[in-house]
Amino acid sequence: MKINLKVWRQKNGNAAGKLVDYKLDNISPDMSFLEMFDVLNDELMHKGDEPVAFDHDCREGICGMCSMYINGRAHGPQTGATTCQLHMRSFADGDTVIVEPWRARAFPVIKDLMVDRSAFDRVVQSGGFVSVNTGSARDANETPIPRTIADEAMDAAQCIGCGACVAACKNASAMLFVAAKVSHLAVLPQGQAESSIRAERMVAQMDAEGFGACSFTGACSVECPKSISLDHIARLNREYLGAKITSEAV
Amino acid sequence: MSWVTQTLASSLGRKVIMSLTGLFLCTFLIVHVAGNLQLFKADGGRAFNEYSFFMTHNPVIMTVSYLLYTSIVVHAIMALLLTRHNQASRPVKYAYARPEANSPWSSRNMGILGTVLLIFIVIHMRTFWYTMHFGPIPMAEYDGKEYKDLYKIVLEAFSNWWYVLFYVIAMAALSYHLVHGFKSGFQTLGLRHKKYTPLIEFLGVWVFSILIPALFAAMPVYFFLKHVGVIG
Ligand code: HEM
Ligand code: SF4
Ligand code: FES
Repeated sequence: MKINLKVWRQKNGNAAGKLVDYKLDNISPDMSFLEMFDVLNDELMHKGDEPVAFDHDCREGICGMCSMYINGRAHGPQTGATTCQLHMRSFADGDTVIVEPWRARAFPVIKDLMVDRSAFDRVVQSGGFVSVNTGSARDANETPIPRTIADEAMDAAQCIGCGACVAACKNASAMLFVAAKVSHLAVLPQGQAESSIRAERMVAQMDAEGFGACSFTGACSVECPKSISLDHIARLNREYLGAKITSEAV
Repeated sequence: MSWVTQTLASSLGRKVIMSLTGLFLCTFLIVHVAGNLQLFKADGGRAFNEYSFFMTHNPVIMTVSYLLYTSIVVHAIMALLLTRHNQASRPVKYAYARPEANSPWSSRNMGILGTVLLIFIVIHMRTFWYTMHFGPIPMAEYDGKEYKDLYKIVLEAFSNWWYVLFYVIAMAALSYHLVHGFKSGFQTLGLRHKKYTPLIEFLGVWVFSILIPALFAAMPVYFFLKHVGVIG
């Protein structure tokens, strides 16, 4: 199939960028979106041009690296999927496809489609952990946890830190990400001991990084490749407000 | 008090202020619409004027009304701060975005809808609240007691087609503001549970975004139709 690409090209964080047109003629509908970019980069390199820089790693939907804003949506037209899980059969022959990097103050562009998502790392470093040495792996049933709670924690723990929630949100808010990270620990006994201080610190770091506030549009959850539920944002709000009122940190 | 200011200055704290003031305004709407239904009574405005007298003289209601004015101002200021912060969070916009694919229009345009409401509130208060308090206003007499005839001011205002149209547009904005705002206010407070969230969503749609705006809009339309003689 033929694809007309408009790809954001930007030399570095300080340079001005622009959308550049590329035409690809021999694209298989069975290719993934990233493989289509591999073909493009091959052609560019053969011509002696600079290939398009884009993030990717696992190419199977688990690492969260493949950040691309495709035809006006984070990770493209498919829901519940990353860019690497998107296939060219989702497009029609001759389609024009616009590809931009995630846009957020907290995610500055490094080059072309690559953005710096270390703001997420700093949010997790501020409290997204359990601060005891857990040693070697324990027996799986040492701490009995009811099935429904284990499921709830797992649903939140699925977050792969891709940043699609921020990219899709009109406020570039990181609430779904932070909520997932707070929630998966807050519902489990191992995480409960530090749940107050965790919520306070992670929200403070989220604000310091320059993410927007939550307007509850629900865009994040729709575009999240793991379909993380808005229930977790409500839990984050409860955890944070409860912590502010009751915690020891004055 | 550092933890208090810190909390209120955080993105979540600001949203809590937004939510509490917004939900308080929602409870006010119930009282306001119920009281104003007396406009439909065919008694030449007596019930409505007596009710207006009560609302402007009862000390409890007068205290609550100051809370109400404060809420409107705080809600609007917080809206401005949040909207500016949210816009600054994405300094470079997308060349092509399709937000309609993932979220309802009302949820993305609360600021615009709120601005329409603010303009409406100012004009509405100038017409009725200011006239009621500072005049000039005609008087009516019931059982030897003098009452300000606010009913006559209502009749006059709603005989203007453009004024009536403006009210109907503002009530459409209210409807869209609350179809998102009512349920969002509970989400902000973390009040989300499979037991009662369906009820909150039901009330948000049927009461706050349909019934209340429709009843409010019916008042100017009713008086205009009466004025032009379509209804008796
Ligand atoms: C004075 C004019 C008004 C302005 C400028 C305004 C603006 C806004 C904005 C921008 C939001 C969304 C905040 C966000 O995205 O996070 C909002 C939320 C809300 N508004 Fe208003 N509004 C106004 C009047 C009203 C009125 C008259 C009511 C009710 C009768 C109301 C009820 C609400 C509610 C319940 C929310 C939800 C709060 C939340 O999401 O937590 N607003 N308003
Ligand atoms: S919440 Fe979803 S969209 Fe946001 S970072 Fe996690 S996986 Fe990605
Ligand atoms: S490359 Fe790992 S999720 Fe897409």
